[in-house]
Amino acid sequence: MKKYTYTEKKDTRSGFGAGLHEAGKKNENVVALCADLVGSLKMDAFIKDFPERFTQVGIAEANMIGIAAGMTIGGKIPFTGTFANFSTGRVYDQIRQSVAYSNKNVKICASHAGLTLGEDGATHQILEDIGLMKMLPGMVVINPCDYNQTKAATIAIAEYEGPVYLRFGRPVIPVFTDPDQKFEIGKAWMVNEGTDVTIIATGHMVWKAIEAGEKLAELGIDAEIINIHTIKPLDDEAILKSVKKTGCVVTCEEHNKFGGLGESVARLLTTELPTPQEFVATNDTFGESGTPDQLMSKYGLDAVNIVEAVQKVIGRKK
Amino acid sequence: MKHTIKELEDIASQIRRDIVRMVHGCQSGHPGASLGCTDFFTALYFEVLNHKTDFTMEGAGEDLFFLSNGHISPVWYSTLAHAGYFDKSELATFRKLDSRLQGHPTTHEHLPGIRIASGSLGQGLSVAIGAALAKKLNGDKSLIFALLGDGELQEGQNWEAAMFAPFNKVDHLIASVDYNGQQIDGPTSKVLALDDLQAKFEAFGWHVINTDGNDMQAIVEGLHYAKTLTGKGKPILNLMSTQMGAGVDYMMGTHKWHGTAPNDEQLAAALAQLPETLGDY
Repeated sequence: MKKYTYTEKKDTRSGFGAGLHEAGKKNENVVALCADLVGSLKMDAFIKDFPERFTQVGIAEANMIGIAAGMTIGGKIPFTGTFANFSTGRVYDQIRQSVAYSNKNVKICASHAGLTLGEDGATHQILEDIGLMKMLPGMVVINPCDYNQTKAATIAIAEYEGPVYLRFGRPVIPVFTDPDQKFEIGKAWMVNEGTDVTIIATGHMVWKAIEAGEKLAELGIDAEIINIHTIKPLDDEAILKSVKKTGCVVTCEEHNKFGGLGESVARLLTTELPTPQEFVATNDTFGESGTPDQLMSKYGLDAVNIVEAVQKVIGRKK
Repeated sequence: MKHTIKELEDIASQIRRDIVRMVHGCQSGHPGASLGCTDFFTALYFEVLNHKTDFTMEGAGEDLFFLSNGHISPVWYSTLAHAGYFDKSELATFRKLDSRLQGHPTTHEHLPGIRIASGSLGQGLSVAIGAALAKKLNGDKSLIFALLGDGELQEGQNWEAAMFAPFNKVDHLIASVDYNGQQIDGPTSKVLALDDLQAKFEAFGWHVINTDGNDMQAIVEGLHYAKTLTGKGKPILNLMSTQMGAGVDYMMGTHKWHGTAPNDEQLAAALAQLPETLGDY
């Protein structure tokens, strides 16, 4: 197992804030909009340097999406910022008609996704957003795994023409990816090469997959770990290549197993290479109040759950 | 004036013929409010709007128009065709398979003149505001026009947008409301009353004007007057009273022709009231 270390912990939303600032410096057409959550979305640096390119819309997310869609017509590249719940479920029809169907170059940037939002509880902890967004034709869906990857992804989506959903989170987590990485939309990252099982992880679950990989190595299981940061378009080639070698797969995501990354992988494998698969994901449930760590543990999203899923799926190999 | 009032009325008559023929041709669509807004569309595209028919999405240096109540697509399609955006023969494809003239307007099939999809109601004012903000950032002093249905104002997003525009001094925006008092389930006064729209928009900080949307002279003058009000710190709302079905006697004064197509006999009765002035498609 390749050794991963970290010297600091940071939140992915800060990676977004840094990436937005950088994208703003690179391209004067980058504009930002926020629905009364500037501090939570870490937009301060952008606003300080480009005040005329920032629009505060107030607590009016539907209007924000419509305004963003309209701004693209004048050549702008709008980044909308609010919590993942209010970025998707609340404004689904606005995104569907004014952004996706109209093919507008809007970047829907969503913080506080998943259980790790923590104490605010289930009203704010969306676990359905990946499913909602990946079903929209033409929508790119990205869920980066740490500060550096989120920053790189934010810069990359500014250079991509078309609607994008960028999902990130609230808690501080290890920073373990290359600070100078080039983010390629739709391209999987090989975290660790192995032969016994393929672990496919996205977002906050990538670090947990690395922890699980270390435990599995102690048990004599050689796990291949792939980071799928882009859930749509899915890197079919990387997944099929790995699964051909290992013969079984575990998918890991901080999301409902209905509609998430795991289902995308299952759809691919069912048609191309039927393979035993286990899902580490929430199971058709809402969250609740608690600390992020307590919630990840209670809802089965820890390294230990990945280890168990791996042992189970290896047992299912023919 | 680029055209006389008589010339504009003649154009409107042709557009009305097109509307009833298009809706009859596919036996679906929304003739009522299309007919009601025909004079507005004619005045806008043939007299008021500074636009090019050589279409670009951005429309730099041009005034832009957004239709929020997308179901009145027949009037927009016919207007765009006669204004020169595409050949009028394409009007025959309305709502048919493989057409660019979808039931509700969309950019998906790349029909010149359309900049955003609409149909699901309540979204157009926000989009128009966004386009207006981009114009300002680009140093483009052109205007943004929008049309909203009156029943559509029951959608909450309109009021988010209505609050935003005055606060942010979006003062190069002229939004018109098709104030016909009808919606699918009956008169707006019975379904969910709009009450005093002028007072409501004024309370939000808009400059509100009133026009008669079925009097060509009045609507041309009203839109020209609205243009003189731009650049003064407030968005402009044109509360435009119209008659659903205007120009076809049996379709007027009722919500029944909101989304119903005429049969052969009814088509003949409608066309008899609408002189062919520019040639049918």
